[in-house]
Formats: sequence, C-alpha cells, structure tokens
Amino acid sequence: MSILYLTALELSAAIKEKKYTVEDAVKAVLSRIKESDGTFNCYITVDEEGALKEAADVQEKIDNGTITGPLAGVPVAIKDNICTEGLLTTCASKILYNFVPTFSSEAVINLKNAGAVIIGKTNMDEFAMGSTTETSHFGPTKNPRNPEHVPGGSSGGSASAVAADECFFALGSDTGGSIRQPASYCGVVGMKPTYGRVSRYGLIAYGSSLDQIGPLCKDVSDCAAIMEVICSHDPKDSTSVKRDDNDFTKALVDDVKGMKIGIPRDYFKEGLDDEVRDAVLKAVDVLKEKGAVVEEFDLSLVDYAIPTYYTIAAAEASSNLERFDGIKYGYRTEEYNGLHNMYKKTRSEGFGDEVKRRIMLGSFVLSSGYYDAYYLKALKVKALIKKAFDEAFSKYDIIIGPVAPTTAPKLGESLSDPIAMYLSDIYTISVNLAGLPGMSVPCGTGKDNLPIGLQLIGDCFNEKALIRAAYAYECAGGCYHKNFGGKDGD
Amino acid sequence: MANIISDETIEYVGILAKLELNEAQKEAAKRDMGSMLDYIDKLGELDTDGIEPMSHVFDVKNVWREDVVTNGDDRENILKNAPGEKDGMFEVPKTFD
Repeated sequence: MSILYLTALELSAAIKEKKYTVEDAVKAVLSRIKESDGTFNCYITVDEEGALKEAADVQEKIDNGTITGPLAGVPVAIKDNICTEGLLTTCASKILYNFVPTFSSEAVINLKNAGAVIIGKTNMDEFAMGSTTETSHFGPTKNPRNPEHVPGGSSGGSASAVAADECFFALGSDTGGSIRQPASYCGVVGMKPTYGRVSRYGLIAYGSSLDQIGPLCKDVSDCAAIMEVICSHDPKDSTSVKRDDNDFTKALVDDVKGMKIGIPRDYFKEGLDDEVRDAVLKAVDVLKEKGAVVEEFDLSLVDYAIPTYYTIAAAEASSNLERFDGIKYGYRTEEYNGLHNMYKKTRSEGFGDEVKRRIMLGSFVLSSGYYDAYYLKALKVKALIKKAFDEAFSKYDIIIGPVAPTTAPKLGESLSDPIAMYLSDIYTISVNLAGLPGMSVPCGTGKDNLPIGLQLIGDCFNEKALIRAAYAYECAGGCYHKNFGGKDGD
Repeated sequence: MANIISDETIEYVGILAKLELNEAQKEAAKRDMGSMLDYIDKLGELDTDGIEPMSHVFDVKNVWREDVVTNGDDRENILKNAPGEKDGMFEVPKTFD
C-alpha cells in the first residue's frame, strides 16, 4: 500500500514505529504533487525546500522525544488566506500576488508546534468569495474525483489536495460553507468549528463575524485529532473563546444509542437532487439502526438565510478589504495621478469581478440612508435564525441534512449567474449566521463518480456530538475516503 | 427588476468602495446590484419589530488588555512588502501641494 493512502493518524503512528521517516512522507507528497497538480491545480505555492528542511527538524524532535503528538511529521496544506511567516500568502488575488507575511496565524503555529509539516498554500476563490474555486486569480482547481467538475469552494484547493493525496490533511476557512461544501464535492471530511473555537489571528478577514478556520481531512478520527491541535484560546483574537473541552478525540465513540437527531423538512424540499436526498436519508437510516432517535421537524427561515448572509458578509467584506490600498503591501497600479486615483486604480485592477461585486454591495448596504433597511434588517433576521436553531437544539442533539443541493457542477457553469451560485450554499450558510459547528462527511457517490456529503450540525460548542455521530456512521461502513477514485486501498 | 440603480448611486458607491468603473462595468454593476437587492428585499417579508439586531452570536463583552508592546521591531520585513519604500517608511503619492 502506498504511503499516500494512509490517514494522518496512521502516518504519524508509522513514523513513530520507524516504518517511515518524515522525509519519506514529505517526498511522497511532493512527488505526487509533481505528478498530478498540473492537472488539478490544488496549490498556488509549493514550498519544497522549506518542507524538506522542516522534515529534518521534525524528525529530530520525534527521535529525541520533544514532539510526541498524533500529527507529528504529517504533511499539511494551508489555504492561501491563512498567513504563513515567510511563505507567499495571496488570497488567490492579484492584489496580494507578492505578499509574504511577517507572522504566522495562530492555527498554523499550533500545527507547527504539533510537528505538522507545511507543504504549501492551496488555491481558493479570491478572498474566499465564491463556491467553486473558479474566481481565483491563479486559475481554477479541478475536482480530483472528476476533473471536468469544480471542487467546490472557497476552500477548493484544500479539499482537492486531500482528495488527490497531495497532502495528508489541510486547513480551510468557512464563512458560509467554504469548508463543508468542497469537502462534500470532493468526498473528504470537513469541519467548521463553533465561532470562536479556533483563533482567527492571521486569517485574512472576509466576513469577520462568520469566518472560522477548520480541517479538511480523510476521516473522522483525523478530524478530531486536528481539531484538538488547532483549537485554542488566543488573546490576539478578541472573539476567541476560552474552553476546557477541546479533547475531541474522546468523542470517537461508536455509539449513538438514544442520540436525538432532527431532520429539517425544509432541507429536503424542491431544489434538492434525488441522488443527494437518497444518499443522505440512507445515512440517516444507518444511524437509526444503531439506536439514534430520528425525527423530522420544521426549522423555518431557511429561505431567508442567503439574503441575510450576503448582506452581512458583503458589508463586512467592504470594510475588511479597505486595507488593500496599494501602500502597505501587494499590488500597486503603474500610472496614477495623486493618492485617490492611485487607490482607485490599484483596487480596480487588483480585485476580480466577484470581489468588486461584494465590496460594492457592502458599501451600499452600509451607506447612509440604506443602513437600517438592509444591514440592520439582516442583523435582526440573523437573531431570528439563531432563535430557530436554539429551539431545535432544545429538542435534538444534532441536526442532519445535505451539505449542498447537488453534486459538483461542471467547470464554467456557475459564474454566469451569481445568485444561482449563491443558492448552492443554502444548507450551509445559516450555520455560520448562528455561529454553530457543522461537519461534512462523505455518504455516497452520485453520477459521474461525484461524491455526496452528509451535513451534521450541532449546538454551539457541541462539536463532540457531531464527531461521535460521524464516527459511528463511519464505523458502520459509511463512505470512506479510500472508497473513491478506484484506488485499491490495500 | 424592482430595484433600479441610478447612475448617481453607482457613482456614489464607486466613491465609497474606492473602485473605478468604465461604462460597461458600470452597467453590469447596476444590473448585478439591482438583482442582488431584489433578492435581499425578501427579508422585508419578515416582521422584525422589537427584535434586537444581533452582531455577535454569543453574549461576549469587550476584551481588554494592558497597553504593552509584545511584538518586536519587524520594520525591515514589513517594508519588504510595500510597493514603495523610502528611508525606512512607506512611500505614498503626493497628497497635497
């Protein structure tokens, strides 16, 4: 069996048993990237030299017992909106085409301290604005399960890199579904933690009240182990929450007896593809057979989540992206006439269409005369959406539904109609508005070998219930990473 | 389309957003923003009287810290990212005469 088919935990164990060295793992990944990334385009930057140097350092620390954790020596890919000291971080935008951060994000520091080895930076929708990874300045990423299709987005490069065995796990970020939806499209496991669980320090902001970093990986055990490493209280992020229940691997228990699962009827209405519906309901049956108590209910307000999200996210984006002005970093226009003309030309040439669309919408909904009617209204609807989830979680331990209405669309089919593209986020977006944890787990394969994802949603800080249910599902033979793509797996 | 975005509005948004649009881009932006606002107008169906706007999902208070410098002097590396640099400072275009 190829080293590349190991999960992160299996690899780390094999390194400790001296079956492999860290260098073996890094070289295997680098050679896989050379072989397949010309087709898939998962990476914007591959740090071959840095990764090999880090591999030697980490190996030494494993050998002398300084690093002992379950991610020691495991090659990881980082989404390109997460700052890495000394390593190009572009947000897949022309405006940051040459930006080299002087510091690393807290999640990356946590990973490095645990001995994970950064291989490179993954492709994404520009500034995480998109659902297909086609808005990247560096060209689209292709879905490794079927390269005629998109990998989803915005963390499409991270999801594809895991699916294509071009890394052992990856970090992504999720503002409206950007981890869960590509995980679903690529047939990998992805988790968006509760808002505040993972520090946002060093995550280049899109919608600050919604953004959260999380893992994309091969199975549920890896997910729990990665979460234990990246979740931490960080005084540098004032919204970071101090918790003493980050021991997620304790939830890897194959038992869902008596667990109350709510199925929102609103998530199974028109617009949902039959093959997705069938796969999701089949997965629910597996949990039912294992003793979970399943009940349908009306979540309500589902149709209002997308307009609420786009108002709030665009407003925050317009403010967050003001910092890109051609002075402190990144691209500056060649010719200009004075300061303001330089700002305008730099930004107009540096940002892509979708980013400009959202900055303009955001500027409008925050402008005097429209603030109350749009922005404040959206914040009120957000309160209603949160209340609807609070009511649901007074009755259920977790909520289960689809991640996206369809499997991955074909390349080039989504960008022409922005609102149609936004609709692919209908089941994921309200989770961000309510600050909840959400998870995507592969639950089947549809036509054209395209994966289908199961979404598990929990109450705030109840990631453990999601991990437990997902693990029980996986133990029951639920769809596993190795089942895809005709790999032999043994 | 219910929301018609005027030339004045798109001009104003361009000033707020610090974006320069040519005529074709302006027309596209008017169309896109109009259809987005039509979509967002759906929120008007909901009665939100008496509902407190929710900016943060948890009841968190402001976080204070002592005003102490904890990071070192990283000027050289920071300025390496600047498009224009002069004498250890960011170089900007002339802002007034």
